[in-house]
Amino acid sequence: MKYVDEFRNPEKAQGLQKEIAQLSLQISKNSHKNKHLKIMEVCGGHTHAIFKYGIEEILPDNIELIHGPGCPVCVMPKGRIDDAIALCENQQIIFTTFGDAMRVPGSKTSLLQAKAEGADIRMVYSPLDSLKIAKENPTKEIVFFGLGFETTAPSTAFTILQAAAENISNFSLFSNHVLVIPALEALLANPDLQLDGFVGPGHVSMVIGTEPYQFIPQRYHKPIVISGFEPLDIFQSIWMLLKQIEENRCEVENQYNRLVEKGGNQNAIQAMNQVFTVREKFEWRGLGEIPNSGLKIRPEYAQFDAEAKFTIPNLKVPDHKACQCGEILKGVLKPWECKVFGTACTPETPIGTCMVSSEGACAAYYKYGRLSVLV
Amino acid sequence: MCLGIPGQIIEITNPEHKLAIVKVGGVKRQVNIACIVDEEHPPEKCLGDWVLVHVGFAMNRINEQEAAETLALLQEIANSYGDTKDLQRSNL
Repeated sequence: MKYVDEFRNPEKAQGLQKEIAQLSLQISKNSHKNKHLKIMEVCGGHTHAIFKYGIEEILPDNIELIHGPGCPVCVMPKGRIDDAIALCENQQIIFTTFGDAMRVPGSKTSLLQAKAEGADIRMVYSPLDSLKIAKENPTKEIVFFGLGFETTAPSTAFTILQAAAENISNFSLFSNHVLVIPALEALLANPDLQLDGFVGPGHVSMVIGTEPYQFIPQRYHKPIVISGFEPLDIFQSIWMLLKQIEENRCEVENQYNRLVEKGGNQNAIQAMNQVFTVREKFEWRGLGEIPNSGLKIRPEYAQFDAEAKFTIPNLKVPDHKACQCGEILKGVLKPWECKVFGTACTPETPIGTCMVSSEGACAAYYKYGRLSVLV
Repeated sequence: MCLGIPGQIIEITNPEHKLAIVKVGGVKRQVNIACIVDEEHPPEKCLGDWVLVHVGFAMNRINEQEAAETLALLQEIANSYGDTKDLQRSNL
């Protein structure tokens, strides 16, 4: 497949592997102690690729990858799942969602269980499919479960704009869209977190551009490289980060320039700004409330806002006591260090969200993890 | 969740509603191209463009030249190691 296969070429990967090995050696030599480097990949898509291609395995021992909170399913708090299930109990509603959210455990049940018990819950590939269901079922209310970062939010914004243009009154959005930059700010503000650099989210940046990350080198003096998702992309990004560290630079660099431009995608940003406004705060599972980190629908589009249209319990439910997803999302713990990893908590019966989505660090490690890491 | 797949626009089905058909691998499917059209790129000019597809939307155009430059740089790195290996061998 074009733009995929070329970026999985083993010969080029070997070249990068050698460059990385040499650079990391130089970095250790230059620092007084044997410097152990911690690099966080922010995006769940990167986490998945890193485990799938065994990237961590062929990095030098002094480079450690920390898996960040960029998986929207993993950061969904229990209370919001309970709210979604409460909506599904309304016989008038057809609830539509991406498949990713179906198995996320709420406090009592998941959407998948609610569907098995008779709720009309349908998996869709695109929010536009949900709008189509609305047109086909004029006597029902269709609610779309809006999930995802800035990559996905424009698609729901365009869908709402289309619903408004076509005057479709039985469609609404239960918005749980979250923003990457406030989450990174919250992470960096935590003094316990020792990081040497970031592999930045490629597809979020395709929408927002590279400028919003400037605070990372400016305020926190850490390098960040916006990265694509193929193995060579991730390798090259790590190489670029090491070069910055070795040369004592910290900048926002863009490895994914075939898709990411400095200013992002103006059409997508405009649609998002037209439909959404920033919530004062939003709860992230494991990370707590983060200011200005969620999107809600503007009052002008309130007729498409499920939270304005229906009664939603809006409960706050604490996480399962045994679950350590919070520590894993912050990069403080490794998946296999969690007490219930692989025993009580598996992808079939997840306790925590990091085990639900294939982009969650626990699920990715459960599926592809190599035993050598445990030794 | 932020996954996207490269595909090529092979047909503009509805310029007014900004709908097109993309071919992803061997699979054809309808996508919305609202994110990639502007005055410079009206829908009919998008034919043949490579785009990144995410949840039924063509989110951005893929820049062929940038992709080629990235690959050329990586090839250069790979070659430089190939060369040093040859050099080392010849010194022996």
